[in-house]
Amino acid sequence: MKQFIIFVKKEFYHIFRDRKSLLIIIMMPIVQIILFGFALTNEIKNSNIAVLDYAKDESSAAIIQRLDASRYFNVYQTVNSSKEIEAAFKTGKVRLVVVFQPGFREALLHTNKAQVQLIADASDPNTATTVTNYASNIINDYQKELNALVQQPYMIKPEIRMLYNPQLKGAYNFVPGVMAMILILIAAMMTSVAIVREKEINTMEVILVSPLKPLLFIISKAIPYISLSLVNVITILIVSVTVLDVPINGSVFLLMGEAVLFIMTAVSLGLMISTFTKTQQEAQMISLMALFLPTLLLGGFMFPIENMPLPMQIISNGVPSKWFFLIVKDVMIKGLGFSAVWKHSLILLGMTIFLLAVSFKKFKIRLA
Amino acid sequence: MRKLLVILEKEFRQIFRNPAILRMVLVMPVMQLIIFPLAANYEVKNVLLSVVDHDHSSYSQKFISKISGSGYFKLADFSVSYDKALESIESGRADLIIEIPAGFERNLVKENTAPMLIAVNAVNGAKASLGGAYAASIIRDFNTDIQMEWIRLPKMNTQPTIDITSSNWYNPTMNYKLYMVPGILVTLLTLIGSFLASLNIVHEKEIGTIEQINVSPITKVEFILGKLIPFWVMGLVTLTLGLIVSWLFYSITPLGSIGLIYVFGMVFLFTLLGVGLLISTYAETQTQATFVSFFVMMLFMLLGGLYTPIESMPEWAKWITKINPVAYFIEVMRMIVLKGSSFSDVKIQFFSVLGLGVFFNSWAVLNYKKRS
Repeated sequence: MKQFIIFVKKEFYHIFRDRKSLLIIIMMPIVQIILFGFALTNEIKNSNIAVLDYAKDESSAAIIQRLDASRYFNVYQTVNSSKEIEAAFKTGKVRLVVVFQPGFREALLHTNKAQVQLIADASDPNTATTVTNYASNIINDYQKELNALVQQPYMIKPEIRMLYNPQLKGAYNFVPGVMAMILILIAAMMTSVAIVREKEINTMEVILVSPLKPLLFIISKAIPYISLSLVNVITILIVSVTVLDVPINGSVFLLMGEAVLFIMTAVSLGLMISTFTKTQQEAQMISLMALFLPTLLLGGFMFPIENMPLPMQIISNGVPSKWFFLIVKDVMIKGLGFSAVWKHSLILLGMTIFLLAVSFKKFKIRLA
Repeated sequence: MRKLLVILEKEFRQIFRNPAILRMVLVMPVMQLIIFPLAANYEVKNVLLSVVDHDHSSYSQKFISKISGSGYFKLADFSVSYDKALESIESGRADLIIEIPAGFERNLVKENTAPMLIAVNAVNGAKASLGGAYAASIIRDFNTDIQMEWIRLPKMNTQPTIDITSSNWYNPTMNYKLYMVPGILVTLLTLIGSFLASLNIVHEKEIGTIEQINVSPITKVEFILGKLIPFWVMGLVTLTLGLIVSWLFYSITPLGSIGLIYVFGMVFLFTLLGVGLLISTYAETQTQATFVSFFVMMLFMLLGGLYTPIESMPEWAKWITKINPVAYFIEVMRMIVLKGSSFSDVKIQFFSVLGLGVFFNSWAVLNYKKRS
């Protein structure tokens, strides 16, 4: 036991004596969560649009003014011919071009049928659909007002209620997501690099000839990084509550407990990576190259998992951050208790045990 | 010049003798580019629906079958009360609740108007607002349906109507992969480029071989160039592999010129490697270099416009994207591949990235000192 404590102490010394790294590891998550919490949102707003107005009459002007006034659009330029539409799209400045045919108001008032054409830059299909929808809604509203005098019979009036996130803040979704991502990347990277470093600078030999059991050695490596990651969790939570106004609706203790579990998963992943690699470069390449994109794309916070093809949905189950993201969303935002997340927790626990078993099995007491 | 060749030879040897790194640089991007575009899809469909029908009338039935047959929604369950439906949302079985109050049909017929409650799980704001918008437009359609049924509208339309037609240019089939593959390729290039470069000089510092270089007649610029060029070449190899993969697996061929993609890619890699080298000259250990470049890279990528739209960001974040080479390259890559934009369309982006490259690289050269 005394030996073990000495080894844990040694690891802490390593960490505390590299002031620069320590500072980076503590500050980085704070800066990231603030930046991403404010900057990331899937909502589409302030899109630049162009108008091609052949009509130039009262109605077309009214519609253009409404489009510009809405929070979704910003009339960026006026084009004069259909040729210029192509040019506007090619410089990538506008998302949508609204075309009014000549005699728009005439047609609207006399034949009761006027045409508006919406041309979207569909190289981004999601934005194209959304901006087309928004623009149609605004034009429909204008039309409704023209018809305001005619009474509309038989109406269902829907009341739409946004649960958990009435202001539709992007941070409610991205804070749990970015938190899961930062934690797993940092914890896995720190741990794997720390062990491989001993191999690379040849201090591993000293440890291997020491009387400490391999299992205890692995745990002594893990404990400091688990504690450091916990500090990260606490700072991230404080920042999200105070700066980003994302509430913790559920129990803080449950949230912290789940965070400890997830950090253990991440640290075990780092341990496993370290047993497969020889140099710090390799360890770091694997923990980033192999973790970054899967965590980002299959973690569930960027792209909805239910829309993916079935094989990808199955693969996503192997991504630990997906489960942690679900847990944080449930506990932090929805305010649910352990009964809602016990399955996810069990999966994380299973992953941790599996990863630890593999790394223990692969850990060699001999150098060659 | 000869000295540069010598140091280049050394660097290339170091790379080729480390099969692990080589594998990672060549195999991993190819695999990821094949797999991940399948996952990247923002389309909102299959919104899971939990219905609470207190009315059980023919109109409520009609409405339910209309909404569940619309293609956007999937009926997950019927609940007896709002609270039960809320449980479905909490457990993730449903995304949206529709509660039809008792007396829905009677109100609709007698009072001409009937309320209805739609509650959406809004943790993911974008999904919620789209789901809500779909539901609202289906209700609008349903309203028109009833009106058609109940009052015979005159044949000639008496109300002014605006007929909206929409067309989707450049990607009429709305294929999401066409949009994501070029972006993911840039992401992979970024991952590889920034990491290799940031670790390199630090590696020499940490294992002590930097001493040998410091006492050699190699100049600072030669040394930095010697570090830059091999990774630059490898980056271009990755780019080539990526373009081949997108052609083979996703049949994406750039509409614009491939030459332009390469020219831009070369400048982009120059800038990216400059950032990596700069980090490398400041860091003392590989751990530090790793964390800082991870930090910078994550900023570059998440604020690069691939995952969330730049125009929705607050003003200060838009300013950050102006010094983000990744944002420029993602934008340009998409423009060239999908729209066939030419050099004059992307010249602003081109010179911005070039300027950033010159800036970061000169800073790196200035900061690298040949004494400890």
